[in-house]
Amino acid sequence: MSDLARRPGDAAPPDSMIPAIHRVRRKRQETPDTWTLDLEPVDGDGQRTYAPGQFNMLYAFGVGEAPISISGDPTGTPGLLAHTVRAVGAVTRALCGLRRGDLLGVRGPFGNAWPIDQAAGHDVLLVAGGVGLAPLRSAFCRILGERSRFGRVSLLYGARSPRGLVFADDLRRWRARFDVEVEITVDHAVGPWRGHVGVVTQLLDYAPIEPEDCVALLCGPEVMMRYVGRELSRRGLPAERTYVSLERNMRCGVGLCGHCQLGGELICRDGPVYSLSRIEPLLRIREL
Amino acid sequence: MKGLEQLLAEHAFFAGMEPKDLALIAGCGANARFEAGDYLFREGEPADQFYLLRSGRVVVEVHDPARGTITVLSAGEGEVLGFSWLMPPYRWVFDARALELTRALVFDGACLRDKCEADARLGYDLLKRVTSVMMQRLEAASVQLLDVYGGAAAR
Ligand SMILES: Cc1cc2nc3c(=O)[nH]c(=O)nc-3n(C[C@H](O)[C@H](O)[C@H](O)COP(=O)(O)OP(=O)(O)OC[C@H]3O[C@@H](n4cnc5c(N)ncnc54)[C@H](O)[C@@H]3O)c2cc1C
Repeated sequence: MSDLARRPGDAAPPDSMIPAIHRVRRKRQETPDTWTLDLEPVDGDGQRTYAPGQFNMLYAFGVGEAPISISGDPTGTPGLLAHTVRAVGAVTRALCGLRRGDLLGVRGPFGNAWPIDQAAGHDVLLVAGGVGLAPLRSAFCRILGERSRFGRVSLLYGARSPRGLVFADDLRRWRARFDVEVEITVDHAVGPWRGHVGVVTQLLDYAPIEPEDCVALLCGPEVMMRYVGRELSRRGLPAERTYVSLERNMRCGVGLCGHCQLGGELICRDGPVYSLSRIEPLLRIREL
Repeated sequence: MKGLEQLLAEHAFFAGMEPKDLALIAGCGANARFEAGDYLFREGEPADQFYLLRSGRVVVEVHDPARGTITVLSAGEGEVLGFSWLMPPYRWVFDARALELTRALVFDGACLRDKCEADARLGYDLLKRVTSVMMQRLEAASVQLLDVYGGAAAR
């Protein structure tokens, strides 16, 4: 299998620089600093379709824009866009501070997608860290919606602590299913947590992979993805079938401004999903 | 019931070890069973044991007066626990508590050390296995220490 996530040279939609006004229809707190916002277009202009792995530029009026992955269930209510945002700076704090009924701008969807169709017929391993579960939630929902197309499906999720787990209700529901394996670990736990404690790679012992027939999708902090990538490679999974979603500072979202350039790659346009075989050499160059 | 040597041979930690070495090591071991809530060991106490978990789940904990009991690691079937028997002062640095009914093979640390001293080849083999697990734990602990999900620049 070659680098399936690649979708080179796709032209950006013509109105890609003009935000469409959206309203916050629902807001859910996931963790002390992370919220999920369900957005609907104000002008009723039906939501464009998107593919799991893609992101939107969310514009908090008067503050600025940030790229945020689409975390919604692509098989769910049409027209609603879900984004899960962790408040780390000015823009994300403003987004997390929005209330039901408030307005914001949305540009997108941008970027390429997880290679889900190409993973059909294979085992799929999803490994998420922290709020990195957001873009993988979309992929996982789509896979569950077409469950019979895939072999064994496993989701391994690591967070800082039990309080740092996003989508707790989904995780509970997914864990109750018999046709997927869902294992969760936290870096450390205080209180009545009875799950795993340790790094996410330890979960591979509970969901072993068949390296000849597995596609892995990783999303989380870069250090975590490199660490997981190394462990998967040690277990025989080729880098061509290990995909990561990269987060680099972005501005235009359409490959014009060069802000998110990594070597020869413009992550907003060529990524954010890359196979490790393609991107790993660039990740190792510190100056990039 | 399976003999200790056979249980050892089936455990991933001893995969590929020569039968005569397994027999030597089995001589230091015994079966053990811990009910939920039982401590396998406690911080500061003499560390005379090495544990191979056969089933169940154990958490490794440290107590901080300000934060309470913090779990830093969990281990289950197929994993090993406890390295403090290897080096002086042979004292546990953490607590280990069974979360559920846990079955383990427990080895006497002093007995293992004696056998390794007497047979350097066996000692080297055992040390390589222990070191490999320790390296994985060290890497994992470093990643945990980086707090990758925590800081502002991390997700
Ligand atoms: C393709 C893509 C998808 C993303 N998806 C999500 C998502 O689903 N949910 C979400 O919460 N965030 C997501 N992000 C990250 C998000 O875009 C940034 O957190 C945001 O741009 C920060 O803007 P700010 O003004 O709030 O903070 P700033 O003031 O710009 O930065 C605050 C702090 O956060 C750090 N930071 C900024 N950007 C990043 C980043 N990309 N990764 C790690 N640290 C960063 C800065 O170094 C600084 O320490 C995504 C980023 C990309 C590129």
